[in-house]
Formats: sequence, structure tokens, C-alpha cells
Amino acid sequence: MFLSKEEEAMLKGDHGAGSQKAMELLVAIGEAFDAPKMIPVTRAHAASSGQEGDLFFVEMLAKGGARCKIPTTTNPVVNFEYFQNIIDISEEHAEASVAWKVKQHYKEIGAIMSQSCIPYLAENIPQYGEHVAFSESSATPYVNSVIGAFTNRESIQTALAAGVIGETPEFGLHLKENRKGTVLVKVKTHLRNGYDYSILGQYVGKKVGNGIPVFDGIGKRPSIDQYINLCAMLNVPGAIPMFYIPGFTVDAETLDDAFAGNHPQDVIEVTDRDMKQTIEELQTTSGDVDLVMLGCPHYNLDQLGVVAKLLDGKRLRPNVSVWINTSETTKTMADRAGYVKVLENAGANLVTDTCIDMFCFNNMKGKTGMTDSPKCAYYRRFGNVRVGSVEECIAAAVE
Amino acid sequence: MPNLTLSCHRIVKGYGEGQALLSKDPICFCTADPKTGVIRERGHQLMGKSVAAKVLIFPSGKASSAVQMDGLCKLMLNNTMPNAMVVADVEPVLVSAAALLKVPLVDRLKRDPFEVIEAGDIVKVDATNGVVTVVKPA
Repeated sequence: MFLSKEEEAMLKGDHGAGSQKAMELLVAIGEAFDAPKMIPVTRAHAASSGQEGDLFFVEMLAKGGARCKIPTTTNPVVNFEYFQNIIDISEEHAEASVAWKVKQHYKEIGAIMSQSCIPYLAENIPQYGEHVAFSESSATPYVNSVIGAFTNRESIQTALAAGVIGETPEFGLHLKENRKGTVLVKVKTHLRNGYDYSILGQYVGKKVGNGIPVFDGIGKRPSIDQYINLCAMLNVPGAIPMFYIPGFTVDAETLDDAFAGNHPQDVIEVTDRDMKQTIEELQTTSGDVDLVMLGCPHYNLDQLGVVAKLLDGKRLRPNVSVWINTSETTKTMADRAGYVKVLENAGANLVTDTCIDMFCFNNMKGKTGMTDSPKCAYYRRFGNVRVGSVEECIAAAVE
Repeated sequence: MPNLTLSCHRIVKGYGEGQALLSKDPICFCTADPKTGVIRERGHQLMGKSVAAKVLIFPSGKASSAVQMDGLCKLMLNNTMPNAMVVADVEPVLVSAAALLKVPLVDRLKRDPFEVIEAGDIVKVDATNGVVTVVKPA
């Protein structure tokens, strides 16, 4: 791979050990994928997970003096302030201490502590045609397909390295010729709501594995939360960095535009039966629930409005808890809209800065939970799981 | 069968050797028990087998950007990482974890590894020079 004098100097460590480590990783990736050179990226999103693998790299960069060169946002980990009064964090000492250190290092390195898994709606919004480095399941396909920015499917570490260097190796989805559809998906089921889009994503992600699906038969523009759900769930059982819904997502009015001369490697049909079977595979029980977990990915303002309406004037059944995860930015707006008061009056827990896959939810082990998210079902910290739309989840929780 | 020397494409440089462990299923290292390296994923071809100190031969990585690195990192902290890896398809998330934790990784082996490598073989992966040597049991 060609490196400029400046890049060579970084690789040699002339700009410090932190930048050197970041550059080493980017060059290793570039060489693995035969990238001819590095290209500039102008924003990054590191899907910080607060776990040991995350700590390993961010600590190395922070101690080596690296600092973010471009706006670099972070994923939810744990809101320590919120949970200190709810659970005994000291009991979970090992996991808590790793998560704590991770957050300190991201701050030190100059990352933006957005702690949101949908940064592309508020804190870090790429523009059409912008080259970026976005990790996080829903973020990668959202910015490629819905916004039309260019990013590869990044790991936390490659996204963070790009944030520090301000560059990424030129390969994969940064090149137009690699952004063509590969698999045709014929949707033969009616998609009613965001939950249906989640189930669609789960089914198609599993069927396609790796590739760029092109959806046919979705006759209506998806809403933002429907897009978010589809993007996230495609990357639970699969690794799907981009997709097309011709007429609605970017750069394709027709199926032919989306395939751009490619012959589909495969044709998949999605029927009512496939949707029903996918739901059955996700559920481990149909019994009473102890808790409802929403906001995986984080709920946006529209979704908080919906759940506030559902809970308005309602009371939760005894011993049932409702947890809604969102970002601090969204909560601020939800407060102004009056949603927060409604949710609090109903007894729901509105949590910011936190991921459902964290130790702060370990005390739910053995309980039965319900969620509208197959991703949450997969990474859950609670016991048995039911899935359903947000309306069904709330109906299961209220008197 | 005589020993074999095969050219390959270097992804992560380095040298590692060990017993061959073959899996037709993609692997996510977060499903391995960090203490022993034993894969615990229900239905996986390697269920119950340890990746520790092996040369792992598999199609590709899978799952989220966070857990692959976290899984391999936990193996490193417990000295239960594989000594080298041979894959069919490269994807950036696995490459990034292997590069950071210095696990030699190659692809594009001259012959289909599932045809020429068997359990019990010793495999020497010289990723730096792009050479894989397969030593058959005497």
C-alpha cells in the first residue's frame, strides 16, 4: 500500500505511540484487503462496548497520547450515575471496573461521549457522499443506504483508529463498484410497523449472511424507526453493511439501478409464514412477563412519543418493570415534549447512555422479559424471552 | 500422504504452528470459554473443542464488531488463543481483532485446506512469507 511521508512518519511512531498503534491497525487492514492507499474520512463512530476487548485498544491509544482528529462519537455503555441507586455495582466489580475505565479513556482521547447507538440522527450525522468510518450494527447500513455516505463495516477499533488518524484504507464500500446489490429479496408479506421491519431484518440477515440485499415489494417509504430496526437486525445473525429499497434508499430508483449490471447471486422470498416462524424461533416462552425491555437500538423521539401515548394514565402490573433505553439528547427533547413526565408517572424507567447488554441488567437473570427487538432477545441479560410490537409489550405490562 | 508446502496470502504477519482444528462453520470467539478456549455454541461443529494453541482453519468470522475482539482478547488474557488462523473469506472485523492481538492470519491457500489438511496434522503458518507447511503424522 502506498503511504505518504506523513503516514510513514506516523507508522514509525514520530507522532507518538498512540497514533502509531492506530496507523498500524489501519495499514494491516489496508494490506489485507489490497487497498492501494489511504483516503481521508471526516467523521467516525466507535461502537464502544465497555468490555475487555474495547479496553485493550482504547487504553493503548490513550496511554500512547493519541487524540481524535475528527468528530468521533461513542456507543452506550453504562450510566453509572443512574444505576448507582438501583443496583449494587460493587457486586459486579470486574465488569464495572472495565466499563468505568473504558469510559475514562474515551474521554481522555477526545471522543464525543454521545453514548448513543443511533448517532446518525443527532450527534454525528454524515452527509450524502461523505467518506466516514462508522461501526455499530444499525449505523453502518443506515449511513450507507439511507443517507448515502460511504463506510465499511468497521470494528470498534478500526473506527476509533480512523477517528485518531482521520483516514481509512481505500477498499470495499468506499469504492462505487463495490456498492452494487448482490441478492434479490422479494417481500411477500405486509409490513405494518417497526416490529415487522425488525423481523424482516432478522430473517434476511440470517438468509443472506454477507452481501448487499435489494428489497422488492416494499411499496411504501419506511419511517425512520422502521429503517433503524431493519438496519440493526440485518446485523444480528448476518453481516450486512448496505442494502437497497429502490425508490426510497439512495442511488436507485429501480431494481436495475440497485444491481447496476450485477446478476443477483440469489433470490429470497419472505412470506407471512417466514415472518411467523422467525418470531417463533426467537421466543422461549409465551408466559407472563416480569419486565419489558425497549430501546435496542436506542429509541428516538418518535418512538418515545408512541410509548408515552401507550402508557398515558396507565399503571404497571405489580412486580412488572418497564425499561426504555435512549440517548441523553433524545431524553432532553422528550422532556420538553412532556413524554418523560408521562413515562415516569406510569412507573417506567427511562435510561440514558446504557446498552441492554451490560452488567447493570444482570439482576434480571432468571426473569421473563418481553422486547420488540430481536437484537435485545439475542444479547439479553434476562432469562426467558417473548417478542412483540411495542403495543404488545406495553399491553403485557399494564393493568 | 507426504508433507505439503503451500503458498498463501498474508493477512496478519507472524509465525505460528500447532495441531490443525478444522471448522466448516464461521466462528465468533465470544462463544469460547476464556479459561479453556472451548467453543460453547450450541450446534457449532467445534462445540466442546478447544481452540487453544491450535491452527484454526475456518470459512470466516461472524457477529458484531464488539464481541469478536472481546472474545479473542479474553482468550489472549488466559493464554488460550489459537496459534494461527487460516480462513477462506476475509472480513474486516476478524482481521482487526487478529491484527491487534497478533494472531498470524492467512487466506487464499493454494489448495482447498479442507481437502489437504486433516485433524492430527501439524500445520506451520509462516504468514510473514506467505507459506503454510502441513506435516502429516509419521
